[in-house]
Amino acid sequence: MIKEKAEVVIVGGGIVGCSIAYNLAIRGVDVVLFERSYLASGATGRCGGGIRQQWSTEENIRLAMESVKIFEGLEEELDYHIEYYQGGYLVLAHTEDEVKQFKKNVSLQRKLGLNVRFLEADEINDIVPHLDVEAIGAIGATWCPTDGHANPFKTTIAYARAAEKHGAHIYKFTEVKGIKVEKGEIKEVITDKGKTKTKIVVNAAGAYSREIAKMVGVELPNKPYRHEILATEPLKHVLDPMVISFHDNVYFRQTEHGEVVGGWGDPNEPSSYNIESSFHFIVQMSRLLSRYVPKFRHVNIVRQWAGLYDVTPDARPILGPVEEVEGFIQANGFSGHGFMVAPMVAKLIAELIVEGKTSLPIESLNLKRFREGRVIKEASVVG
Amino acid sequence: MEKKDKIIVCRCEDITYDEIVQAIREGFTTPDEIKRVLRCGMGPCQGRTCMRLIQRIIAKELNKNPAEIKMPKVRPPLRPSPIGLFAGEKNDKRES
Repeated sequence: MIKEKAEVVIVGGGIVGCSIAYNLAIRGVDVVLFERSYLASGATGRCGGGIRQQWSTEENIRLAMESVKIFEGLEEELDYHIEYYQGGYLVLAHTEDEVKQFKKNVSLQRKLGLNVRFLEADEINDIVPHLDVEAIGAIGATWCPTDGHANPFKTTIAYARAAEKHGAHIYKFTEVKGIKVEKGEIKEVITDKGKTKTKIVVNAAGAYSREIAKMVGVELPNKPYRHEILATEPLKHVLDPMVISFHDNVYFRQTEHGEVVGGWGDPNEPSSYNIESSFHFIVQMSRLLSRYVPKFRHVNIVRQWAGLYDVTPDARPILGPVEEVEGFIQANGFSGHGFMVAPMVAKLIAELIVEGKTSLPIESLNLKRFREGRVIKEASVVG
Repeated sequence: MEKKDKIIVCRCEDITYDEIVQAIREGFTTPDEIKRVLRCGMGPCQGRTCMRLIQRIIAKELNKNPAEIKMPKVRPPLRPSPIGLFAGEKNDKRES
């Protein structure tokens, strides 16, 4: 049987839900988490695992920088190997417009204290020797050595385990079916395994967050989009950073195990909950990989899969309370970059719930920005 | 636990019977979770050898019928195949 009542119920056992559960549990909050499948079964366990601080908007840069500070000590804090690796991020520029935007980004990022710089085309191979800069058509890049990557499944498990150690109750294979609201206040969460009374619900259900919000009559502007990804056979360590191009909508990195993992976002992908793999993707991704690193042509692809981006109109997350229902907290809409900002987002959401204020301002990421028309679009995304 | 530390269940990633039982007892009770935490079935054979065995081990540990244990989705391509094959390019002179 599931717990009869809790101070906070979290919906969704991905990186966001599990890290919030941990941050609440260590603050002494009685917290319950429901995940309808296994932990990290959705977007988290399917994502590329990149941890990037190079963003175009101040909120994202700050969230990512603070998250990196947490990631740096996370294995020790959670006592679990999460394959964290600070190999940097190389962001390629292909057009003069991109060069202009990237230089603007770098100046904002540096102002906020990030160790990042703009590279000329002839400096790119100093960072990644195997890249065919000419074939890619790269005319510059930005480089941040403290970006990196980690294993998203293991990071989620690490947070969940630590949360449970501090008293959180995590129920896998338990699906939220409804949320009871009376006079604008949350009363209880109804699942297929029973009910839990609570006053606070955190909506961290990724691309399904809009379905959860509908249960209490709140409309989220989030839309799900399939993103596909593949992994090769393991290779000797040849690639330190994550390589990313917004122009080609492509990114790839090498895991601790040695596999090259990379994704390409199809600009014509319609919004849907489809997570089937496509042949179109494996062909496009293979063309890109063999153009980026000609030697990859001889490397075997072992598997491909897909997951859902939970995309908001400005590609920035929705964080914090909503006007219609008291105690209904949003932590969704991460638009393809939830894993990398989760450690700090989780801390802020826990602060908001426990103290009623946050150590970094998150008001500008509230749902009401879409109603009030205060929307600044994040430019540095694989769309 | 019966000593089965020398029995390799996943030949691609060298995962033993004991490691799988340990993972199940830690709460990773589905083939999908065991795959992600131990890498069983992530090697070149993509679980063709080990996943049926893991299904049986889980069933035994949890006192269930193996048919109740849901198997991970089969991921394309069916066999590991070179990037160049999908890219459809001829051998490049730059590399010879």
